[in-house]
Amino acid sequence: MGIESNLGIVTTCLDKVVNWARKNSLWPMTFGLACCALEMMVTVSARHDIARFGAEVYRGSPRQADLLIVPGTLTKKMLPMVLRLYEQMPEPKWVIAYGACACTGGVFRTYSVVQGIDQYIPVDVYMAGCPPKPETLLTAILKLREKIDKESLRQRR
Amino acid sequence: MDKVQIFEYIQSKSPVDILEGGVAKDCVFVRVSRDNLLNFMGFLKDNEDLAFDLISDVTAVDYYTDKTPRFDVVYHVFSLKNHERIRVKVAVDEGQEIASVTGLWRGAEWLEREVYDMFGIPFSGHPDMRRILMPEDYKYYPLRKDFPLEGIED
Repeated sequence: MGIESNLGIVTTCLDKVVNWARKNSLWPMTFGLACCALEMMVTVSARHDIARFGAEVYRGSPRQADLLIVPGTLTKKMLPMVLRLYEQMPEPKWVIAYGACACTGGVFRTYSVVQGIDQYIPVDVYMAGCPPKPETLLTAILKLREKIDKESLRQRR
Repeated sequence: MDKVQIFEYIQSKSPVDILEGGVAKDCVFVRVSRDNLLNFMGFLKDNEDLAFDLISDVTAVDYYTDKTPRFDVVYHVFSLKNHERIRVKVAVDEGQEIASVTGLWRGAEWLEREVYDMFGIPFSGHPDMRRILMPEDYKYYPLRKDFPLEGIED
């Protein structure tokens, strides 16, 4: 990055400035499936304050969100709705699998539970835990920011 | 009426044959045949002394190879008047239909749908015989004993 201070101009590459904008304002979708969702809600509260990382604007509509957090046990009956929400989100979009159930099905190795959301939609960050603590979500968002930082406009859609 | 009185009353006044019955620790239980079910249930509900007016639960048991007919459909009906519950069992084999009691207790509708979803026992005369818990295109009946817990991958 070169700063021509006497001209009032900053030169940089487009990837860097776009990624900088994207990673600092992730808009998650308001969406919960099971007990993990409660831990996710706590992360927004004053004690953990997800706003420090620019991800506090939970949107009620998938069309305004760019981060899908899948928090909890996903049943096969619920799966079509989750896929529909994912498809309604505009690009660019990222996915966090929140907790053991969203990652692998967790303890529910049964006929009615999806054995990991990554079988159906691409996942960027996996979070271990049952349920993961709010700190884990903050770590996941930091990891996601690192990942977004490495992206290029040419690679992503 | 208490449990013993209810059982004796049913034995003497029942319009159909009681195949098996008694007073268990929690409530009265009786077994009737599949053909007599609606008749007997109507008697339980409409008789003014018994007045079994609230359906608590409809469920089923799968005996798989241990017993023929394979399934027992179990009804629990509560009487607000006597504050007592009754358990009615009906044997059904695989593929056989059983009469729906939704005409007597509307609350049985979803309970019977659950039995159909989990055990594959169809209820004739039911207003909306669809799956209730599993996806609609699901092909199996998960609570049958020959169904593996982890499911069947298609």
